[in-house]
Amino acid sequence: MADEVREEAPSPLARLAGEVAALAGIAHVAVENGELVALAQRDALVPLMLTLRDDPRFSCEQLMDLCGVDWPERVERFDVVYNLLSVSLNHRIRVIITTDERALVPSVSAIWPAATWWEREAWDLFGILFSGQPDHRRILTDYGFDGHPLRKDFPLTGYVEVRYDEERKSVVYEPVALTQEFRSFDFVSPWEAITTLPGDEKAHAFRAEDAAAKRTE
Amino acid sequence: MDDATSEAASGLRRKTVEIDSHAMNFGPQHPAAHGVLRLVLEMDGEMIARADPHIGLLHRGTEKLIEYKSYMQAVPYFDRLDYVSPMCEEQAFALAVEKLLGIEAPERGKWIRTLFAEITRILNHLLNITTYALDVGAITPSLWGFEEREKLLEFHEAVSGARLHANYYRPGGVSRDLPAGLEDKIADWAEHFPKFIDDLEELLTGSRIWKQRLVDIGVISPEDALAWGFSGPCLRASGIPWDLRRAQPYDMYHEVEFFVPVGRNGDCYDRYIVRIAEMRESVKIIRQCLAKMKPGPVKIRDHKFAPPPRAEMKHSMEALIHHFKLYTEGYHVPAGATYTVVETPKGEFGVYLVADGTNRPYRCKIRPTGFSHLQAIDVMSRRHMLADAVAIIGSLDIVFGEIDR
Repeated sequence: MADEVREEAPSPLARLAGEVAALAGIAHVAVENGELVALAQRDALVPLMLTLRDDPRFSCEQLMDLCGVDWPERVERFDVVYNLLSVSLNHRIRVIITTDERALVPSVSAIWPAATWWEREAWDLFGILFSGQPDHRRILTDYGFDGHPLRKDFPLTGYVEVRYDEERKSVVYEPVALTQEFRSFDFVSPWEAITTLPGDEKAHAFRAEDAAAKRTE
Repeated sequence: MDDATSEAASGLRRKTVEIDSHAMNFGPQHPAAHGVLRLVLEMDGEMIARADPHIGLLHRGTEKLIEYKSYMQAVPYFDRLDYVSPMCEEQAFALAVEKLLGIEAPERGKWIRTLFAEITRILNHLLNITTYALDVGAITPSLWGFEEREKLLEFHEAVSGARLHANYYRPGGVSRDLPAGLEDKIADWAEHFPKFIDDLEELLTGSRIWKQRLVDIGVISPEDALAWGFSGPCLRASGIPWDLRRAQPYDMYHEVEFFVPVGRNGDCYDRYIVRIAEMRESVKIIRQCLAKMKPGPVKIRDHKFAPPPRAEMKHSMEALIHHFKLYTEGYHVPAGATYTVVETPKGEFGVYLVADGTNRPYRCKIRPTGFSHLQAIDVMSRRHMLADAVAIIGSLDIVFGEIDR
């Protein structure tokens, strides 16, 4: 039964992918694990989202989820991921744009009011800025919190901890003091991780050239 | 103020309007706030002019923690999100990881997941409806409902060893098979449970006080419900027949028959009625699961993803290595991303999982159901009385474990 569904699925999905690819502001469209993923340009986001909501071919009435993903090694380090759902046509479209710490992402809260809190969350956890967002407060972290915890360069343990101080009769913030150092185990196998053993640089350079040649082929 | 200035601009008589508004703090320590909700209410007399929910008081950084755990270690975090429907949340994560790994649970494993997802649904609705009744003044339903919940929690305990935080569903199936005789016990329970729903309905559905508190309170139109990202019973109560179990079936939902109850008015009463009707459908699904379930493996046989049986480890070196590798390193998930959703009792619960080829998720975004429901409380409670805010919060079925993550 499940196999049948999987075999039938590609045709409407591929058609939808073709239609999404033809829209203005779309850089790339792919079908990944049976899910439609569209990379879009940041500046063209609002008209694109309006089309996706209002065009009867897409009619994505719902923005189910909006989230950030941090890739610190990239120039534009953040992905902003919009998961759209069409209840009437029963399909999902994922729109992804990129941004960095300073660039403004146009807010979609006027298109889907549900986006307001999701964008607040993306600001809170990643420090992604939105333009035209009526309510740009933090949402999940503490009042007066400093930093954006889901960035990859933010430590898991954070910087401050709170406790109730009996003498001062109030909650106080102090720098994190760990009784045991935080341990992060690296499980990448040495056979996979160490690609250049000392004295082995030459062989590695050859291997890298080989791989590059294969990729271009 | 706006009125005064516009009147002045149009040349009419200027008058001073005194607005008697004051802000009120509802929660975070209020039994009707269903956890740690701090609701700042701007009151206009006894009317709510604006509601501003402050959330995050239960924020534990689950998403960040999961980035530092192997895939199998991440499963228990899902129990602690929506602690009222733990197994459904695990299911979303298990399905997401399975999708990225390209594996599929064996048939019995899927049936068990479907069965326990429905048991969890009833557990959730029982808690919601009965405590909701408590919020608006009826104490008996909660006393009855908790007794019934206890029977179901015993089923949870029988399969997983834990009443609430089950950690039972795993990528690739479930952790172990049902103990002998449990299927009969569940079947026996499913015989008697509809009678309980009848009793519960007798207490509430026709009750004059219940109706006076709920009918036409917190009405949300189908268009608004869609725009605000509603899902689950809250969306169906507004008249939109949308159920992921039906529209985008997962596990064994394509093999069972059930109705999708739909409301008409989108008010608190319809949300209650939809939940009651869903419990009856869940019992039907449970019966079908029990009837269609066949003996067989419950988790994938590939020991790269599921631990080998304990007995095999005593004599097979390979099994021992598999076990060791699985519980220290875990498995590596090929790079990719998926947004996998399930219909939890509260609505669409999604996991946006980004894998980078290592043994730990690169990013695991959890899409909580109550987040968007709670967000809409401002529009739903506007021009309602203060006591109606309690009724609206209860009808949305919010749990802060998942909203704050």
